[in-house]
Amino acid sequence: MLSKKNLSFTSSFANNRLDFSLAGEINLYTLVSFEKELESKLRNGSELFLNLDDITSIDTAGAIYINKLEQTFAEKQLAFSLTCKNEQVISTLKTIHVLHLDLEEFVYKQPLFIEKLGEDAVLRMKKFVEFLSFFGQISYGFFYLFKHLRSLRYKEIFFEINENAIKAFGIVALTSFLVGVVMAYQSSVQLKIYGANIFIVDMLGISIFRELAPLLTAIVIAGRSGSSFTAQIGAMKITEELDAMRTMGFDPIVFLVIPRIIALMLMMPLLIFVSDVTGLLGGMLVANLDLGISTSLFLDRLNEVVAAKHFFVGIAKGPFFAFLIASIGIFRGMLVKDDTQSIGINTTKSVVESIFAVIVCDAVFSIIFTNLGI
Amino acid sequence: MKKIIDVKDLYTQFGANVVHAGLNFHINEGEIYGILGPSGCGKSTVLREMVMLQEVSGGSIEIFGRDVANISYDDAQELRKNWGVLFQGGALFSSLTLYENIALPLQEYTKLDKNLISEIVAYKIDIVGLKPKDASLYPSQISGGMKKKAALARALSLDPKLLFLDEPTSGLDPISAREFDKLILKLRDLLGLTVVMVSHDLKSIYDTLDRAAIIDNKVIVAQGKLDDIISMDNQFIQTFFKADI
Repeated sequence: MLSKKNLSFTSSFANNRLDFSLAGEINLYTLVSFEKELESKLRNGSELFLNLDDITSIDTAGAIYINKLEQTFAEKQLAFSLTCKNEQVISTLKTIHVLHLDLEEFVYKQPLFIEKLGEDAVLRMKKFVEFLSFFGQISYGFFYLFKHLRSLRYKEIFFEINENAIKAFGIVALTSFLVGVVMAYQSSVQLKIYGANIFIVDMLGISIFRELAPLLTAIVIAGRSGSSFTAQIGAMKITEELDAMRTMGFDPIVFLVIPRIIALMLMMPLLIFVSDVTGLLGGMLVANLDLGISTSLFLDRLNEVVAAKHFFVGIAKGPFFAFLIASIGIFRGMLVKDDTQSIGINTTKSVVESIFAVIVCDAVFSIIFTNLGI
Repeated sequence: MKKIIDVKDLYTQFGANVVHAGLNFHINEGEIYGILGPSGCGKSTVLREMVMLQEVSGGSIEIFGRDVANISYDDAQELRKNWGVLFQGGALFSSLTLYENIALPLQEYTKLDKNLISEIVAYKIDIVGLKPKDASLYPSQISGGMKKKAALARALSLDPKLLFLDEPTSGLDPISAREFDKLILKLRDLLGLTVVMVSHDLKSIYDTLDRAAIIDNKVIVAQGKLDDIISMDNQFIQTFFKADI
């Protein structure tokens, strides 16, 4: 009963006519050998007589092929005939015969490079405009909630704070500690050469407070929360939960978007503070072990040379980074279309784009702060 | 009549939960066979066991004379090429167009050239009642009814003799559902298919099925021609078939 792969041929050539007999099954798997055998035997301009008397079964692919043969012979105005005794084979051949299909529509046209480029540019432009519109919706949502403070979703905010910040303290602390260790260890080698051991405090203090802690925290949170926002909202979109919410009058911006943004904006400064502390702790450890700077000396020096403004600049960046990460993550989630691949693509993009946005934002801040003399 | 599928003493157990305690039935060549029963009776499980998505706990299922519970990898692959499965939601590959979805088995399993493949795909698309221009669409761009038709075309792409349908009409509007029933009947006659389906749709059951088995409370309570089944004294059968429709 399973389709078999036996098909044998005999052929003879006389009076410019090829007599071609087949025995066995014509199906998807034997078709190729049939095709090859026939091509090798067929001479240019010869007529064809197919003998299918010993064929036990044929599938639609085989029937399509024979139908095509007949058509090409008809086009060349050469005689084509076939004989067949098996009722089933005849009926399969007949079902194909009635069809006339326009193959033009199936041909996939490769677009030109310039076409693709243009399409891509327009697509990106559209995405950007969409993001601006999303930004507008968020802003509107914030103003609306200012006026109706009671409809703010406190429960969701605290839930998100727990999920995205409290649970992230550990990983943020660990990463920062290790980066502090590495930074101190690498620079201690250089500083020792000049006998400038004590300057490790200046270096670590300023770099961690101002740049390292905020950036590191933002990157960890972008990887952790940005991706989860995209996947959550994307899955909700696929299961039509977002549409269901809309029809019930629950604005997804108020219910899903703003709580996440507020939670992350509130908690980011705190996360950066944790990162500051643990980063310095790592540096202090290495300074103590490798450079012989005692903890109290380290702290005294820190107090003396590193102005508080460096700390506050770093902390102040937090809410901005948080806003970027949360809004890009959610926006990407909203862009998810009705297929599984789209979640993967958008999650990747959400993380990459939010880290990129954070770095651009950081660069802008550093220009502003330098010009302001902070 | 030749038996295509022969289920003997099929036993299925999930943990401590016995789902089937000895099912016996067979499916003949060329018939449309229904597996019916109340929710949770394990209809879909039987189907999944037949297509080797689920291990059986005991007994045997012979398809084309081979026991799927105890089969070599190569035989299993061979068997898989000889049947088509239509999933409830279509389960079309969302990253491929309809054309690519249908052409995929042909590209993977045969050495046919591109032109012939596209003709075969064109034929399958035509035979399930889709339009050639639909071929370039992605699954996310088409309606539920079209998805089912496209998934059917994909199931038929290797010209199987056996077709498994899991709730073929669920999620379709009544008109599309009736159309789909007609399509199944037409294909059975045209391609000489044997069809096994799990269904809840009473109209579809009356219109398409030749024979059926009813699973209730772990065993088969009735099997045979629909008319014979309906007259049987079983609570499920009475409520299911005698419901006002």
